[in-house]
Amino acid sequence: MAHLERLAPPDSNLHPDIDMVSELGLDSVKVMDLMLDAEDEFDISVPLNILADIRTPNQLAQAINKLLESQ
Amino acid sequence: MMSLFDKFQSLSDARHALIQAEPSPIGTRIDEVLSPTEGRVDGRSVILAGTNNYLGLTFDPDCIAAAHDALDQEGTGTTGSRMANGSYVSHTRLEEELARFFARPSAVVFSTGYMANLGLIGTLAGADDVIVLDADCHASIYDACRLTGADIIRFRHNDPRDLEKRLRRLGERTANALIVVEGIYSMLGDQAPLREIVAVKRRHGGYLLVDEAHSLGVLGAHGRGLAEAEGVEADVDFVVGTFSKSLGAIGGFAASHHPQLDMIRYASRPYIFTASPSPATIASVRTALHIVHSRDELRQRLWANAERLYHGLARLGFELGPEPGPVVATLLGSPQQGVAFWHGLLERGVYVNLVLPPATPGGRALTLMRISVSAAHDTAQIDRIIAAFAALKPMLDHHGHE
Repeated sequence: MAHLERLAPPDSNLHPDIDMVSELGLDSVKVMDLMLDAEDEFDISVPLNILADIRTPNQLAQAINKLLESQ
Repeated sequence: MMSLFDKFQSLSDARHALIQAEPSPIGTRIDEVLSPTEGRVDGRSVILAGTNNYLGLTFDPDCIAAAHDALDQEGTGTTGSRMANGSYVSHTRLEEELARFFARPSAVVFSTGYMANLGLIGTLAGADDVIVLDADCHASIYDACRLTGADIIRFRHNDPRDLEKRLRRLGERTANALIVVEGIYSMLGDQAPLREIVAVKRRHGGYLLVDEAHSLGVLGAHGRGLAEAEGVEADVDFVVGTFSKSLGAIGGFAASHHPQLDMIRYASRPYIFTASPSPATIASVRTALHIVHSRDELRQRLWANAERLYHGLARLGFELGPEPGPVVATLLGSPQQGVAFWHGLLERGVYVNLVLPPATPGGRALTLMRISVSAAHDTAQIDRIIAAFAALKPMLDHHGHE
């Protein structure tokens, strides 16, 4: 979430189920850059092909957990 | 329910906010092309400095004569796929010449550079494989990746340490990973740190593909691109490139020291399900390829022009891409400023490319004046480009460019 706060417009009401694209107005490039930071924090690589299905911070967290478990 | 066309509304709004009248920086109509470096746009004579015509070969008399002969002897088009009736002797000769040029056993010709990436990457990698690509790679590479169903992993632009981290995370899968980088990146004109990338590949394994679209004919003692310039050709598994930049025509190719490359002729849909390049195109490309490795002075002129332009703009205080090259990019403050600047250049007789996000790299929402330099520019033209930028510089200062 901290990474998201940096990218989201100021005064956004961030919550785990917010749609990062349609509600926060992040474009796909910003979402990919958000991913680079999250990847460093958790020492994983999130493939772009699964990114298409991720719309909310909650879904991102689930995807990251799944990748961590599969390691 | 949304209509089929609703999704275009935001594009239409964005376009309208920036562009209300002709001439437009997006899809500019070039009314006349007089030479590799001169044309007419909107009634004005302009220096063409946004063409990717790096060696200025579009009007080379030998290339034109070869194209004329092919047109007379073989007709206007092949009207068919390479797999069916579209492989003439000239197509196979060009493939042999490309293979010899790159000193690799096989080369395959595609109808465009875009399709070369779709055809090679899209066929090489499958659903169980993984592609690790530089974040700033061209759209054709991203689109190719989407065709594969493979896991697609980006590494930070020109950052071999980030690449290494991602290969390490892949563990055993690295052995089959396809690493994709470009020789010269098309938007900012910067080169890949290829020796360091090769060192990472040697430590971890995988296959390396280098797209030399903007570096073919431009880098290396024989014009073979960045891999030649850096002395690492043996570590590059696949070279991809285009005929539409230094070679002055249209088409694409892939070359490799892996003999299996030839099998993509039977597996690659972008190779099979499209018509092959016209005989005139193939003929001019064959002549241009010969010129690339026989006329080193073209490369020297290109680089002299690139250095003169880059350092001239740097001295004026413009914020530029990281290094001189055939692409010199000037960073502007906003799309609106970019449009105004582009019109200002046109009024001063200079045509360049305006590049707006999201086509610009790295999520930094850059607006770029992208100049492409040609060996065919003379010093006076380079100086006129610099003078036009100098005259418009106050526009950036007044708007608080950051």
